[in-house]
Amino acid sequence: MSAERLVAEPVNYLTDGWTIRSWLLTHDHKRIGLLYLASITGFFFLGGAAAALIRFNLLTPEGALVSAETYNRLFTMHGIIMVWFFLVPAVPVTLGNFIVPLMIGARDLAFPRLNLFSWYLFMIGGLVALYALFFGGVDTGWTLYTPLSTSYAKGHVVAAVVGIFISGFSSIATGLNFMITIHRLRAPGMTWFRMPLFLWSLYATSVIMVLATPVLAMTLILLSLERLFGIGIFDPALGGDPLLFQHLFWFYSHPAVYIMILPGMGVVSEIVTTFARKKVFGYKFIAWASIAIAVIGFFVWGHHMFVAGQSLYASLVFSILSYLVAVPSAIKVFNWLGTLHKGTIRFDAPMLYALGFIGLFTIGGLTGLFLASLVVDVHVTQTYFIVAHFHYIMVGGMVSAFFGGLHYWWPKITGRIYPEMWGRVAAILIFFGFNLTFFPQFILGYLGMPRRYHSYAPEFQILNILSTAGSTILAAAYLLPLGYLTWSLVWGERAPANPWRATGLEWRTPSPPPTENFAEIPTVTEEAYNYPPPEVAQQHG
Amino acid sequence: MAEIRAGHPAVGMQYEDLRHQSDTALVGMWLFLATEILFFGALLFAYMVYRLWYPAGFVAAVRHANVLIGTINTAILLTSSFTLTAGLLLARVGDMRRLVWACLATMALGLAFIGLKAVEYVEDFHEHLVPGAGFALAETPGAQIFYLFYYSATGIHLVHLAIGIGLVAYIVRRTRRGDFSARYHTPAEVVGLYWSFVDIVWLFLYPLIYLVGRGG
Repeated sequence: MSAERLVAEPVNYLTDGWTIRSWLLTHDHKRIGLLYLASITGFFFLGGAAAALIRFNLLTPEGALVSAETYNRLFTMHGIIMVWFFLVPAVPVTLGNFIVPLMIGARDLAFPRLNLFSWYLFMIGGLVALYALFFGGVDTGWTLYTPLSTSYAKGHVVAAVVGIFISGFSSIATGLNFMITIHRLRAPGMTWFRMPLFLWSLYATSVIMVLATPVLAMTLILLSLERLFGIGIFDPALGGDPLLFQHLFWFYSHPAVYIMILPGMGVVSEIVTTFARKKVFGYKFIAWASIAIAVIGFFVWGHHMFVAGQSLYASLVFSILSYLVAVPSAIKVFNWLGTLHKGTIRFDAPMLYALGFIGLFTIGGLTGLFLASLVVDVHVTQTYFIVAHFHYIMVGGMVSAFFGGLHYWWPKITGRIYPEMWGRVAAILIFFGFNLTFFPQFILGYLGMPRRYHSYAPEFQILNILSTAGSTILAAAYLLPLGYLTWSLVWGERAPANPWRATGLEWRTPSPPPTENFAEIPTVTEEAYNYPPPEVAQQHG
Repeated sequence: MAEIRAGHPAVGMQYEDLRHQSDTALVGMWLFLATEILFFGALLFAYMVYRLWYPAGFVAAVRHANVLIGTINTAILLTSSFTLTAGLLLARVGDMRRLVWACLATMALGLAFIGLKAVEYVEDFHEHLVPGAGFALAETPGAQIFYLFYYSATGIHLVHLAIGIGLVAYIVRRTRRGDFSARYHTPAEVVGLYWSFVDIVWLFLYPLIYLVGRGG
């Protein structure tokens, strides 16, 4: 009987070739997604280790662990790794790479070789950056402000910049591939407004990747030239303009914040509808909100420069535009709540992550409004209030969404079911550990504790101890999935094609999918998320 | 999997047919060129900022730029776009032999541009127009920044041109191997788009480096 089973088992993308070569030279978007998943997991835990050392150092006011110089290098390492080598690529290159062709009913991305090339660029850039961060270090913070980075900083600034520059082109390649794929390779009947919302959010993300990243690339070239040859572009002592650097840097780096959050919003839209078993509320509003965030997001970068010396009128305009970008974000939150309303809700692990996202993102978003107003920003700028704000969005929001999506699509990706109980425990631990870590930082910042210092005034110690305690819970909660997801690869139950009874083309092909994704290209005849109304579902069991 | 690939051997399994794939490749290159506009755009933006900041220094520096070589190079590059586009028109009617000749002419013109640029760099070097110690215009504030832009902009443009020459060589190799026909020569069309873009970048650099402010 077992022999019969072996014969009957169809070849899927995981069993289609066993050599290392068949992985490292693969053109299959699903395998490339897994290559990326392994890489960014490594970067995540490296960046996380740096964060843990930062938190332990802040246990005592004078710095418990490391010297001030080492502390500067640690937070720079944490920032550079987490921003460019985890958050920016996280969802698009792993879940996006895997799911986009499946969701639109295509056999692959438009440019498979470019997709593989982007992984190599990412790895080369990542290794160069790691070399800079580990052998010599960089002490400028991830923002690389001039003239600190060009004239005064010690360490391997240029090497780190080269690493970021190279990986930037991997980001451009991914964005380009997604945009073209979504335009050109949709299955018959898959109109724009029948696309799952994950695709809308990835499309908006890709627009930002494609249009903002080249500006960062050029800025980094100019920064390196100034550092290498000592000719003033950004250093005022040499005749340059440091504000120009900040303008160019934030022209990329503020939209990049939306690169880091939009894919998470897409994941949450998928999960919330699946586990509420209800058609999404306000489909078109969520879809257009993604586009609106991408477009308005290009015009708010100046809110990073309220105290940098730009003109007051510029600050006013940037402040108003920053309020405006909150509107589409709020639309999304309200629509998720509308979807939950009267839904048949199941609290599986992906849903717990998604609900965590909604709560934490809302706190992060609302405190963003505080910071968009000039008077408040002047008070709390460069304090832990800022740190808490963006960690609520980046970590509380995006990392939760990444884990939610990973659990949600895990059966599809691996063909195995993860242990549900452990999934829920980890999701809940992450939520509480996260809040314990970062909520005290809002208070610390409001009370005036500046960010990026290795020591602090003694009255801040209790809140710092609370924060560090929370970070140990958070670290343990992040290690849990590494354990049980790996365990499930071997011992997990076999997954059916559609374990969540979800809509969406990716669930209409076996788990794991065959190399060509679909035996026959499906034809789409209805809108996304066409779940039956609850009463109908009950009647039919 | 073989039965999924229909029609032309070059068609990937995610495409319906050759036309679907060819059009997609062209759109992909257009989008890549959009990213290139942003890439060069940041550089030109910084250039404009300092041009407004140091008008006298920039004008003094522009007068030292070698307008003769710059102009000849502009003509060479425009001609190279003509030869490559002519080659593409010939490819569309199936004249693959002349496509090869057009590509070779394009490569020769590209190399001529690089050669002349090298001559210009050597002259600049002899005239001490290299930023740093011993810079000829050190007294004029802003001239040094102009030359930094001059070297970075023309240098990045040269890298693009060198990549372009490599791509055209690749087209020559594939054409000779018999990969292309009137029906399928998409890579040549894609490279043609890229080549013309590199040409257009130069059309922006030429006035900014050699012309603007020279007459005043």
